[in-house]
Amino acid sequence: MSLFKAFKAVIQRDLLLAYRNRADLINPLAFFVIVVTLFPLALGAEPLLLKRIAPAIIWVAALLASLLSMESLFRSDFEDGSLELMVMTPHPLSLLVLAKIIAHWLLSSVPLLLMTPFIATMLGMDSDVMLILLLTLLLGMPVLSLIGAIAVALTLGLRKGGALLAVLVLPLYVPMLIFASSAVDAAMSGLPIGGHLFMLAAILCLTLTLTPWSTAVALKMSLSE
Amino acid sequence: MKTFLLEARQLTCIRDNRTLFSGLNFQLHGGHILLIEGVNGAGKTSLLRILTGLRQPDEGELFWNTESIENLAASFYQDVAYIGHNNGLKETLTAKENLKYAKALAVRALSIDESLQKVHLDGYQDTLVRYLSAGQQRRLALARLLCTHKTLWILDEPFTSLDKASIQLVEQLITSHVKKGGIVIMTSHHETLFPAELVQKLELRR
Repeated sequence: MSLFKAFKAVIQRDLLLAYRNRADLINPLAFFVIVVTLFPLALGAEPLLLKRIAPAIIWVAALLASLLSMESLFRSDFEDGSLELMVMTPHPLSLLVLAKIIAHWLLSSVPLLLMTPFIATMLGMDSDVMLILLLTLLLGMPVLSLIGAIAVALTLGLRKGGALLAVLVLPLYVPMLIFASSAVDAAMSGLPIGGHLFMLAAILCLTLTLTPWSTAVALKMSLSE
Repeated sequence: MKTFLLEARQLTCIRDNRTLFSGLNFQLHGGHILLIEGVNGAGKTSLLRILTGLRQPDEGELFWNTESIENLAASFYQDVAYIGHNNGLKETLTAKENLKYAKALAVRALSIDESLQKVHLDGYQDTLVRYLSAGQQRRLALARLLCTHKTLWILDEPFTSLDKASIQLVEQLITSHVKKGGIVIMTSHHETLFPAELVQKLELRR
Protein backbone atom coordinates (compact mmCIF):
# COMPACT_ATOMS: atom_id res chain seq x y z
CA MET A 1 0.00 0.00 0.00
CA SER A 2 3.02 2.23 -0.28
CA LEU A 3 2.57 5.76 -1.44
CA PHE A 4 5.03 5.31 -4.26
CA LYS A 5 3.04 2.41 -5.64
CA ALA A 6 -0.16 4.42 -5.55
CA PHE A 7 1.59 7.36 -7.21
CA LYS A 8 2.84 5.12 -9.98
CA ALA A 9 -0.54 3.44 -10.38
CA VAL A 10 -2.28 6.80 -10.91
CA ILE A 11 0.19 7.84 -13.60
CA GLN A 12 0.01 4.44 -15.29
CA ARG A 13 -3.76 4.44 -15.28
CA ASP A 14 -4.00 7.90 -16.81
CA LEU A 15 -1.48 7.05 -19.51
CA LEU A 16 -3.33 3.83 -20.30
CA LEU A 17 -6.64 5.69 -20.46
CA ALA A 18 -5.11 8.21 -22.83
CA TYR A 19 -3.80 5.42 -24.98
CA ARG A 20 -7.28 3.88 -25.16
CA ASN A 21 -8.77 7.27 -26.13
CA ARG A 22 -5.91 8.33 -28.40
CA ALA A 23 -8.15 10.44 -30.63
CA ASP A 24 -8.58 12.93 -27.78
CA LEU A 25 -4.84 13.54 -27.75
CA ILE A 26 -4.73 14.69 -31.36
CA ASN A 27 -7.24 17.53 -30.98
CA PRO A 28 -5.11 19.97 -28.95
CA LEU A 29 -2.10 19.24 -31.11
CA ALA A 30 -4.05 19.85 -34.33
CA PHE A 31 -5.48 23.02 -32.82
CA PHE A 32 -1.95 24.21 -31.98
CA VAL A 33 -0.69 23.60 -35.49
CA ILE A 34 -3.71 25.22 -37.14
CA VAL A 35 -3.70 28.35 -34.98
CA VAL A 36 0.00 28.88 -35.68
CA THR A 37 -0.51 28.31 -39.40
CA LEU A 38 -3.26 30.92 -39.54
CA PHE A 39 -0.84 33.73 -38.68
CA PRO A 40 1.35 33.59 -41.80
CA LEU A 41 -1.81 33.36 -43.89
CA ALA A 42 -3.31 36.44 -42.23
CA LEU A 43 -0.09 38.48 -42.17
CA GLY A 44 0.70 38.04 -45.84
CA ALA A 45 4.19 38.13 -47.29
CA GLU A 46 6.05 39.60 -44.32
CA PRO A 47 8.76 37.08 -43.41
CA LEU A 48 10.67 39.51 -41.17
CA LEU A 49 7.62 40.48 -39.14
CA LEU A 50 6.64 36.82 -38.86
CA LYS A 51 10.08 35.89 -37.63
CA ARG A 52 9.89 38.68 -35.08
CA ILE A 53 6.54 37.63 -33.61
CA ALA A 54 6.92 33.85 -34.04
CA PRO A 55 7.80 33.12 -30.38
CA ALA A 56 4.75 35.05 -29.20
CA ILE A 57 2.50 33.19 -31.64
CA ILE A 58 3.81 29.83 -30.50
CA TRP A 59 3.45 30.66 -26.83
CA VAL A 60 -0.10 31.98 -27.12
CA ALA A 61 -1.14 29.03 -29.28
CA ALA A 62 0.38 26.66 -26.70
CA LEU A 63 -1.58 28.38 -23.91
CA LEU A 64 -4.86 28.04 -25.80
CA ALA A 65 -4.15 24.46 -26.84
CA SER A 66 -3.42 23.46 -23.26
CA LEU A 67 -6.81 24.87 -22.23
CA LEU A 68 -8.50 22.41 -24.58
CA SER A 69 -7.21 19.36 -22.79
CA MET A 70 -7.39 20.83 -19.30
CA GLU A 71 -10.92 19.69 -18.45
CA SER A 72 -10.01 16.06 -19.07
CA LEU A 73 -7.76 16.24 -16.01
CA PHE A 74 -10.61 15.59 -13.55
CA ARG A 75 -13.91 15.86 -15.42
CA SER A 76 -14.40 12.25 -16.47
CA ASP A 77 -13.17 10.95 -13.12
CA PHE A 78 -15.69 13.23 -11.45
CA GLU A 79 -18.54 12.01 -13.61
CA ASP A 80 -17.96 8.27 -13.26
CA GLY A 81 -17.23 8.38 -9.54
CA SER A 82 -13.58 7.36 -9.66
CA LEU A 83 -12.58 10.73 -8.23
CA GLU A 84 -14.35 9.76 -5.00
CA LEU A 85 -12.24 6.62 -4.86
CA MET A 86 -9.10 8.65 -5.28
CA VAL A 87 -10.11 10.99 -2.45
CA MET A 88 -11.02 8.04 -0.23
CA THR A 89 -7.54 6.55 -0.01
CA PRO A 90 -5.23 6.75 2.99
CA HIS A 91 -2.65 8.51 0.84
CA PRO A 92 -2.21 12.29 0.81
CA LEU A 93 -4.55 13.50 -1.91
CA SER A 94 -2.17 16.28 -2.95
CA LEU A 95 0.42 13.72 -4.05
CA LEU A 96 -2.08 11.67 -6.04
CA VAL A 97 -3.20 14.94 -7.64
CA LEU A 98 0.43 15.64 -8.51
CA ALA A 99 0.61 12.22 -10.17
CA LYS A 100 -2.42 13.07 -12.29
CA ILE A 101 -0.88 16.43 -13.21
CA ILE A 102 2.37 14.77 -14.25
CA ALA A 103 0.46 12.36 -16.47
CA HIS A 104 -1.48 15.28 -17.94
CA TRP A 105 1.74 17.18 -18.58
CA LEU A 106 3.27 14.17 -20.34
CA LEU A 107 0.19 13.83 -22.53
CA SER A 108 -0.53 17.46 -23.35
CA SER A 109 2.83 19.20 -23.35
CA VAL A 110 5.31 16.67 -24.66
CA PRO A 111 3.59 16.33 -28.08
CA LEU A 112 3.52 20.13 -28.32
CA LEU A 113 7.19 20.34 -27.43
CA LEU A 114 8.03 17.79 -30.12
CA MET A 115 5.99 19.68 -32.68
CA THR A 116 7.49 23.08 -31.89
CA PRO A 117 10.78 22.74 -33.81
CA PHE A 118 8.86 22.06 -37.03
CA ILE A 119 6.45 24.91 -36.43
CA ALA A 120 9.29 27.26 -35.50
CA THR A 121 11.20 26.41 -38.64
CA MET A 122 8.07 27.01 -40.67
CA LEU A 123 7.84 30.53 -39.18
CA GLY A 124 11.48 31.17 -40.10
CA MET A 125 12.86 31.24 -36.58
CA ASP A 126 16.65 30.96 -36.11
CA SER A 127 17.80 27.74 -34.51
CA ASP A 128 19.51 29.39 -31.51
CA VAL A 129 16.35 31.37 -30.70
CA MET A 130 14.32 28.22 -31.17
CA LEU A 131 16.44 26.48 -28.56
CA ILE A 132 15.65 29.19 -26.03
CA LEU A 133 11.97 29.02 -26.97
CA LEU A 134 12.00 25.27 -26.31
CA LEU A 135 13.69 25.87 -22.99
CA THR A 136 11.00 28.35 -21.94
CA LEU A 137 8.30 25.92 -23.05
CA LEU A 138 9.96 23.14 -21.10
CA LEU A 139 9.95 25.27 -17.95
CA GLY A 140 6.57 26.85 -18.60
CA MET A 141 4.31 24.05 -19.80
CA PRO A 142 4.24 22.17 -16.46
CA VAL A 143 3.06 25.43 -14.90
CA LEU A 144 0.09 25.43 -17.29
CA SER A 145 -1.02 22.00 -16.07
CA LEU A 146 -0.36 22.85 -12.43
CA ILE A 147 -2.33 26.11 -12.41
CA GLY A 148 -5.03 24.70 -14.65
CA ALA A 149 -5.60 21.85 -12.19
CA ILE A 150 -6.82 24.25 -9.49
CA ALA A 151 -9.28 25.90 -11.84
CA VAL A 152 -10.59 22.56 -13.15
CA ALA A 153 -11.04 21.31 -9.60
CA LEU A 154 -12.96 24.45 -8.67
CA THR A 155 -15.29 24.34 -11.67
CA LEU A 156 -16.10 20.61 -11.48
CA GLY A 157 -19.47 21.25 -9.90
CA LEU A 158 -20.59 23.38 -12.83
CA ARG A 159 -22.11 21.60 -15.76
CA LYS A 160 -20.35 23.77 -18.34
CA GLY A 161 -17.09 24.88 -16.81
CA GLY A 162 -15.28 25.50 -20.10
CA ALA A 163 -15.62 29.25 -20.59
CA LEU A 164 -15.23 30.01 -16.91
CA LEU A 165 -12.11 27.90 -16.88
CA ALA A 166 -10.46 30.09 -19.52
CA VAL A 167 -11.41 33.24 -17.64
CA LEU A 168 -10.02 31.87 -14.39
CA VAL A 169 -6.84 30.44 -15.76
CA LEU A 170 -5.55 32.73 -18.50
CA PRO A 171 -4.86 35.73 -16.20
CA LEU A 172 -2.84 33.45 -13.93
CA TYR A 173 -0.67 32.48 -16.89
CA VAL A 174 0.35 36.12 -17.49
CA PRO A 175 3.52 36.29 -15.34
CA MET A 176 4.87 33.16 -16.96
CA LEU A 177 4.04 34.44 -20.43
CA ILE A 178 5.86 37.70 -19.73
CA PHE A 179 9.06 36.04 -18.54
CA ALA A 180 9.00 33.45 -21.28
CA SER A 181 8.57 35.96 -24.07
CA SER A 182 11.11 38.37 -22.62
CA ALA A 183 13.63 35.51 -22.45
CA VAL A 184 13.12 34.81 -26.13
CA ASP A 185 13.23 38.54 -26.92
CA ALA A 186 16.52 38.88 -25.08
CA ALA A 187 17.91 35.91 -26.96
CA MET A 188 16.90 37.48 -30.27
CA SER A 189 18.75 40.68 -29.47
CA GLY A 190 21.77 38.81 -28.08
CA LEU A 191 21.27 39.81 -24.42
CA PRO A 192 21.79 37.49 -21.44
CA ILE A 193 18.74 35.37 -20.70
CA GLY A 194 19.72 33.79 -17.37
CA GLY A 195 17.55 36.06 -15.25
CA HIS A 196 14.36 35.34 -17.21
CA LEU A 197 14.93 31.62 -17.13
CA PHE A 198 15.57 31.67 -13.40
CA MET A 199 12.30 33.53 -12.91
CA LEU A 200 10.50 30.87 -14.95
CA ALA A 201 12.16 28.13 -12.91
CA ALA A 202 11.10 29.96 -9.72
CA ILE A 203 7.49 30.10 -10.93
CA LEU A 204 7.67 26.40 -11.68
CA CYS A 205 8.98 25.61 -8.19
CA LEU A 206 6.32 27.79 -6.58
CA THR A 207 3.45 26.18 -8.49
CA LEU A 208 4.89 22.69 -8.10
CA THR A 209 4.86 22.99 -4.33
CA LEU A 210 1.64 24.93 -3.80
CA THR A 211 -0.87 23.95 -6.47
CA PRO A 212 -1.22 20.18 -5.79
CA TRP A 213 -2.15 21.03 -2.25
CA SER A 214 -4.71 23.69 -3.18
CA THR A 215 -6.09 21.48 -5.97
CA ALA A 216 -6.67 18.75 -3.39
CA VAL A 217 -8.63 21.17 -1.22
CA ALA A 218 -10.66 22.35 -4.22
CA LEU A 219 -11.44 18.75 -5.21
CA LYS A 220 -12.72 17.96 -1.74
CA MET A 221 -14.89 21.07 -1.90
CA SER A 222 -16.33 20.05 -5.26
CA LEU A 223 -17.08 16.56 -3.98
CA SER A 224 -18.78 17.76 -0.82
CA GLU A 225 -21.65 19.28 -2.79
CA MET B 1 -10.37 -10.20 16.75
CA LYS B 2 -10.28 -6.42 16.75
CA THR B 3 -13.76 -4.97 17.08
CA PHE B 4 -14.80 -1.90 15.25
CA LEU B 5 -17.23 0.82 16.20
CA LEU B 6 -18.80 3.60 14.20
CA GLU B 7 -20.67 6.18 16.19
CA ALA B 8 -22.71 9.15 15.00
CA ARG B 9 -23.58 11.91 17.42
CA GLN B 10 -26.24 14.49 16.68
CA LEU B 11 -25.75 14.49 12.91
CA THR B 12 -27.63 17.19 11.06
CA CYS B 13 -27.84 17.67 7.34
CA ILE B 14 -29.27 20.79 5.77
CA ARG B 15 -29.64 20.95 2.05
CA ASP B 16 -30.92 23.92 0.14
CA ASN B 17 -32.30 25.44 3.36
CA ARG B 18 -34.28 22.27 4.12
CA THR B 19 -33.37 20.18 7.10
CA LEU B 20 -33.16 16.60 5.87
CA PHE B 21 -32.44 15.13 9.28
CA SER B 22 -31.24 16.47 12.61
CA GLY B 23 -30.01 15.05 15.87
CA LEU B 24 -29.29 11.66 14.36
CA ASN B 25 -27.53 9.26 16.73
CA PHE B 26 -26.47 5.69 16.29
CA GLN B 27 -23.80 3.22 17.33
CA LEU B 28 -22.75 0.46 15.04
CA HIS B 29 -20.47 -2.34 16.18
CA GLY B 30 -18.46 -4.71 14.04
CA GLY B 31 -20.57 -7.60 12.79
CA HIS B 32 -23.64 -5.56 11.97
CA ILE B 33 -25.48 -4.23 8.97
CA LEU B 34 -27.12 -0.84 9.11
CA LEU B 35 -30.04 -0.57 6.72
CA ILE B 36 -31.00 3.01 6.02
CA GLU B 37 -34.58 3.39 4.93
CA GLY B 38 -36.58 6.35 3.80
CA VAL B 39 -38.58 7.74 0.93
CA ASN B 40 -36.93 9.45 -2.05
CA GLY B 41 -35.35 12.71 -1.01
CA ALA B 42 -35.24 11.78 2.67
CA GLY B 43 -31.46 12.26 2.67
CA LYS B 44 -30.22 8.69 2.42
CA THR B 45 -27.45 9.47 -0.05
CA SER B 46 -26.52 12.64 1.84
CA LEU B 47 -26.23 10.61 5.03
CA LEU B 48 -24.03 8.03 3.31
CA ARG B 49 -21.79 10.76 1.93
CA ILE B 50 -21.48 12.22 5.41
CA LEU B 51 -20.53 8.79 6.75
CA THR B 52 -17.79 8.51 4.12
CA GLY B 53 -16.40 11.87 5.17
CA LEU B 54 -16.85 13.25 1.66
CA ARG B 55 -19.48 15.65 2.95
CA GLN B 56 -19.29 17.57 6.20
CA PRO B 57 -22.30 17.24 8.50
CA ASP B 58 -23.87 20.64 9.20
CA GLU B 59 -23.80 19.70 12.86
CA GLY B 60 -22.66 16.75 14.86
CA GLU B 61 -19.70 14.44 14.68
CA LEU B 62 -18.67 10.98 13.59
CA PHE B 63 -16.39 8.68 15.52
CA TRP B 64 -14.51 5.67 14.17
CA ASN B 65 -13.23 3.48 17.01
CA THR B 66 -13.87 6.40 19.41
CA GLU B 67 -11.67 8.75 17.39
CA SER B 68 -13.33 11.66 15.60
CA ILE B 69 -12.96 11.17 11.85
CA GLU B 70 -11.90 14.78 11.50
CA ASN B 71 -8.77 13.92 13.48
CA LEU B 72 -8.31 10.61 11.71
CA ALA B 73 -8.48 12.32 8.33
CA ALA B 74 -6.89 10.17 5.65
CA SER B 75 -6.20 7.16 7.87
CA PHE B 76 -9.98 6.67 8.21
CA TYR B 77 -9.90 5.69 4.55
CA GLN B 78 -7.73 2.66 5.26
CA ASP B 79 -10.90 1.07 6.56
CA VAL B 80 -13.69 2.54 4.43
CA ALA B 81 -14.96 1.54 1.02
CA TYR B 82 -17.77 3.38 -0.73
CA ILE B 83 -19.86 2.53 -3.75
CA GLY B 84 -22.17 5.33 -4.74
CA HIS B 85 -24.65 5.69 -7.57
CA ASN B 86 -21.73 5.67 -9.97
CA ASN B 87 -19.58 2.60 -9.97
CA GLY B 88 -16.27 4.42 -10.17
CA LEU B 89 -15.18 2.25 -13.08
CA LYS B 90 -13.36 3.42 -16.17
CA GLU B 91 -15.24 2.35 -19.26
CA THR B 92 -12.19 2.13 -21.47
CA LEU B 93 -10.22 -0.06 -19.08
CA THR B 94 -10.75 -3.79 -18.72
CA ALA B 95 -12.25 -5.36 -15.61
CA LYS B 96 -8.81 -6.49 -14.53
CA GLU B 97 -7.20 -3.09 -15.05
CA ASN B 98 -9.91 -1.40 -13.00
CA LEU B 99 -9.34 -3.76 -10.08
CA LYS B 100 -5.59 -3.50 -10.38
CA TYR B 101 -5.81 0.25 -9.97
CA ALA B 102 -8.10 -0.10 -6.94
CA LYS B 103 -5.69 -2.57 -5.38
CA ALA B 104 -2.72 -0.28 -5.85
CA LEU B 105 -4.44 2.38 -3.75
CA ALA B 106 -5.42 0.17 -0.82
CA VAL B 107 -4.42 -2.79 1.33
CA ARG B 108 -4.63 -5.95 -0.73
CA ALA B 109 -7.02 -8.78 0.06
CA LEU B 110 -8.17 -11.38 -2.45
CA SER B 111 -6.45 -11.66 -5.79
CA ILE B 112 -8.14 -10.13 -8.82
CA ASP B 113 -9.08 -13.50 -10.30
CA GLU B 114 -10.53 -14.72 -7.02
CA SER B 115 -12.62 -11.62 -6.47
CA LEU B 116 -13.94 -11.73 -10.04
CA GLN B 117 -14.85 -15.35 -9.47
CA LYS B 118 -16.75 -14.45 -6.30
CA VAL B 119 -19.00 -12.03 -8.19
CA HIS B 120 -19.38 -14.52 -11.04
CA LEU B 121 -17.41 -12.47 -13.52
CA ASP B 122 -14.65 -14.95 -14.27
CA GLY B 123 -13.87 -14.95 -17.93
CA TYR B 124 -14.43 -11.19 -18.17
CA GLN B 125 -10.93 -10.25 -16.99
CA ASP B 126 -9.90 -8.67 -20.27
CA THR B 127 -13.25 -7.28 -21.34
CA LEU B 128 -13.53 -3.51 -21.49
CA VAL B 129 -15.99 -2.29 -18.88
CA ARG B 130 -17.88 -0.50 -21.67
CA TYR B 131 -18.95 -3.90 -23.01
CA LEU B 132 -20.27 -5.17 -19.67
CA SER B 133 -23.97 -4.86 -18.88
CA ALA B 134 -25.17 -2.49 -16.15
CA GLY B 135 -25.57 -5.37 -13.72
CA GLN B 136 -22.15 -6.77 -14.53
CA GLN B 137 -20.60 -3.35 -13.97
CA ARG B 138 -22.30 -3.16 -10.60
CA ARG B 139 -20.90 -6.55 -9.67
CA LEU B 140 -17.45 -5.49 -10.82
CA ALA B 141 -17.69 -2.48 -8.50
CA LEU B 142 -18.53 -4.91 -5.70
CA ALA B 143 -15.54 -7.05 -6.64
CA ARG B 144 -13.44 -4.03 -5.76
CA LEU B 145 -14.59 -4.46 -2.14
CA LEU B 146 -13.32 -8.01 -2.14
CA CYS B 147 -9.88 -7.41 -3.59
CA THR B 148 -9.10 -4.60 -1.14
CA HIS B 149 -9.09 -5.04 2.60
CA LYS B 150 -11.69 -2.68 4.06
CA THR B 151 -13.73 -3.02 7.21
CA LEU B 152 -16.54 -0.56 6.68
CA TRP B 153 -18.50 -0.90 3.47
CA ILE B 154 -20.80 1.98 2.61
CA LEU B 155 -23.09 1.01 -0.24
CA ASP B 156 -25.63 3.24 -1.92
CA GLU B 157 -28.31 1.02 -3.47
CA PRO B 158 -25.97 -1.91 -4.16
CA PHE B 159 -28.78 -3.93 -5.77
CA THR B 160 -29.49 -1.44 -8.55
CA SER B 161 -29.72 -3.18 -11.93
CA LEU B 162 -28.92 -6.60 -10.45
CA ASP B 163 -31.05 -9.65 -11.27
CA LYS B 164 -32.46 -11.96 -8.61
CA ALA B 165 -29.52 -14.37 -8.60
CA SER B 166 -27.03 -11.53 -8.34
CA ILE B 167 -28.95 -9.90 -5.50
CA GLN B 168 -28.73 -13.18 -3.61
CA LEU B 169 -25.03 -13.39 -4.37
CA VAL B 170 -24.37 -9.88 -3.10
CA GLU B 171 -26.44 -10.55 0.01
CA GLN B 172 -24.25 -13.56 0.70
CA LEU B 173 -21.09 -11.52 0.22
CA ILE B 174 -22.37 -8.84 2.58
CA THR B 175 -23.41 -11.42 5.19
CA SER B 176 -20.05 -13.16 5.11
CA HIS B 177 -18.23 -9.83 5.40
CA VAL B 178 -20.31 -8.94 8.45
CA LYS B 179 -19.82 -12.36 10.02
CA LYS B 180 -16.07 -11.79 9.79
CA GLY B 181 -16.51 -8.69 11.97
CA GLY B 182 -16.97 -6.11 9.24
CA ILE B 183 -19.58 -3.38 9.10
CA VAL B 184 -21.92 -2.65 6.21
CA ILE B 185 -24.05 0.45 5.88
CA MET B 186 -26.42 0.41 2.97
CA THR B 187 -29.61 1.76 1.49
CA SER B 188 -31.96 -0.37 -0.51
CA HIS B 189 -35.41 -0.26 -1.98
CA HIS B 190 -35.52 -4.03 -2.17
CA GLU B 191 -36.63 -6.36 0.60
CA THR B 192 -33.46 -7.83 2.01
CA LEU B 193 -33.02 -11.29 3.43
CA PHE B 194 -30.22 -10.80 5.91
CA PRO B 195 -30.33 -12.78 9.17
CA ALA B 196 -32.36 -10.56 11.51
CA GLU B 197 -29.82 -10.61 14.33
CA LEU B 198 -27.25 -8.87 12.13
CA VAL B 199 -29.44 -6.01 11.00
CA GLN B 200 -30.05 -2.61 12.53
CA LYS B 201 -32.53 -0.34 10.83
CA LEU B 202 -32.53 3.41 10.63
CA GLU B 203 -35.47 5.20 9.15
CA LEU B 204 -35.14 8.73 7.89
CA ARG B 205 -38.37 10.66 8.16
CA ARG B 206 -38.96 14.04 6.73
